[in-house]
Parts: sequence; C-alpha cells; structure tokens
Amino acid sequence: MSLVGPYQRMVHATALSLTGNKDDAEDMVQSALLKALCHLDQFRRESRFGTWLIQITINEVRMRKRKDRRVEMIPIGYTAEDDMNYVPKDFQDWREIPSEALERAEIRESLVKALAELAQHYREVFVLRDIQERSVTETASVLGVSRSAVKTRLHRARLLLRDLLAPGFGLDRLAWNVREVRRPWE
Amino acid sequence: MGMRCEEVWRDLSEYIDGDLNQDQRVLFEDHVVACRHCTAVLDGTHNLIRLYRDERILSVPEGLHDRLITTIRGTR
Repeated sequence: MSLVGPYQRMVHATALSLTGNKDDAEDMVQSALLKALCHLDQFRRESRFGTWLIQITINEVRMRKRKDRRVEMIPIGYTAEDDMNYVPKDFQDWREIPSEALERAEIRESLVKALAELAQHYREVFVLRDIQERSVTETASVLGVSRSAVKTRLHRARLLLRDLLAPGFGLDRLAWNVREVRRPWE
Repeated sequence: MGMRCEEVWRDLSEYIDGDLNQDQRVLFEDHVVACRHCTAVLDGTHNLIRLYRDERILSVPEGLHDRLITTIRGTR
C-alpha cells in the first residue's frame, strides 16, 4: 500500500472524473489499486508509474461500463474533421471565476456533472490531458489512439465542456440559471 | 489577411497548447483582441482548464485511505 498510497488522489480524481459518481469512483479506486498491487510485475519501466495506474483505472471504468451495458460507441461516419469544425454554441463573456467559488459544493458538483455528460472518448482525453496533465504522446499510448486523435478529441472536449458550463458561469456569475443561448449571427 | 471566427475556433486548442507557429499565433491573437465572441470562447476555455486542475474539484473523500487499507488487507 505504501507504494500506491501517494497516487491515491490521482487515481481517485481519474475515477471520479470518468464515472461522475462518488460511489462508483471509490469502487474503481479500490479495484484499480488492488489490480495494480497484484500485477506489479507487469509494470514496464518505460512508462511512468502514475501513468500505468491511470491506464489501469481507465480500463476498470471501461470494464464496469461494459458490464453495466453503458458502453458509448463512436457514431458511424464520425471523423476527426467533425471535431475540429465544432462550432461553439454560447458566446457569453465568461470572466475569471473567483477561487472562493470552488468552496461551494454545488459548483464542484456541476463541474463533475458536466464532465460526465461528455461522450467517453472525449472525457478520457480531457481527463488525461487537462486534469492529469499527461503529454499528447502519453495520452495516445494509454488510450491506444493516434496523437492526432488525441488533439482533435481534446479540442472538441474543451469546447463542448465550455458550452455546457457557460450558461452558469456567464454574465450572472455562478447563478446556474439556464439561459437562452445567444449566437453572434442571430 | 486576417483570420475568421471559424478559423480561430478550429485553432483554439493548438493555441492553448502552444502548438501554433509564430505567424499563426500573431494572426490568432490579432483576431481575438478585436472579437468579443472569440475572446469569450478563449477565456472560457482557459478558465475551465484552470478550474478542473484545482484539487478541490476532485478531492479525495474523507476516510478513503482507511477504507482502502481495510479492503486490501481483507483480500490478501
């Protein structure tokens, strides 16, 4: 346990951001860390230990979703071009949010909930790149996709998340009122 | 020639990640400075990345460590 103990926070953050549910996340942390301890001999030193743990956690979440028949398939006809040409839907001025706002549980929960609304392939890339701050190469390796797929999915994930959060973080800061979306060409 | 909004949105992530070359970056910034919609999109995207990196968002629940120890001891 002393080996994986320092990585608890990172594994938990990964599990919670991928599942969006506190109870599921704790189950995932337990099974991922147990699996890591049981298969330590399979750790290849060419990757960082933390990245290996993240990979196990992602696999655990994927397995759980398959078991629960909650697998999200990438739509037929989907192309990377679609991700790059995503058009933002909300243009409200979203200024700096005061750090004290994060003390509010409903703000934290809204951020977790918004992430859970993303399709799995966008969520995984966002978690690895923007939350765990892994490189494009590491992210591609963990997810078994190309570097360009990482970049296009991350681009779409960021813009989708921004659109999901903008109504609440916009003009009436943190009011969480769902307001009508305004487009500049309308 | 300057960039259009659609080109700025397409290059947004590469700009944030520092992957645009010098010429592209200048064109990008010239457009954003003059366009409040693109400024809103860029600021909002920067903000959400900063927020999700804050440890309070995905904080470890109280007692997790003890529960993990119990589970691991129970399976060995």
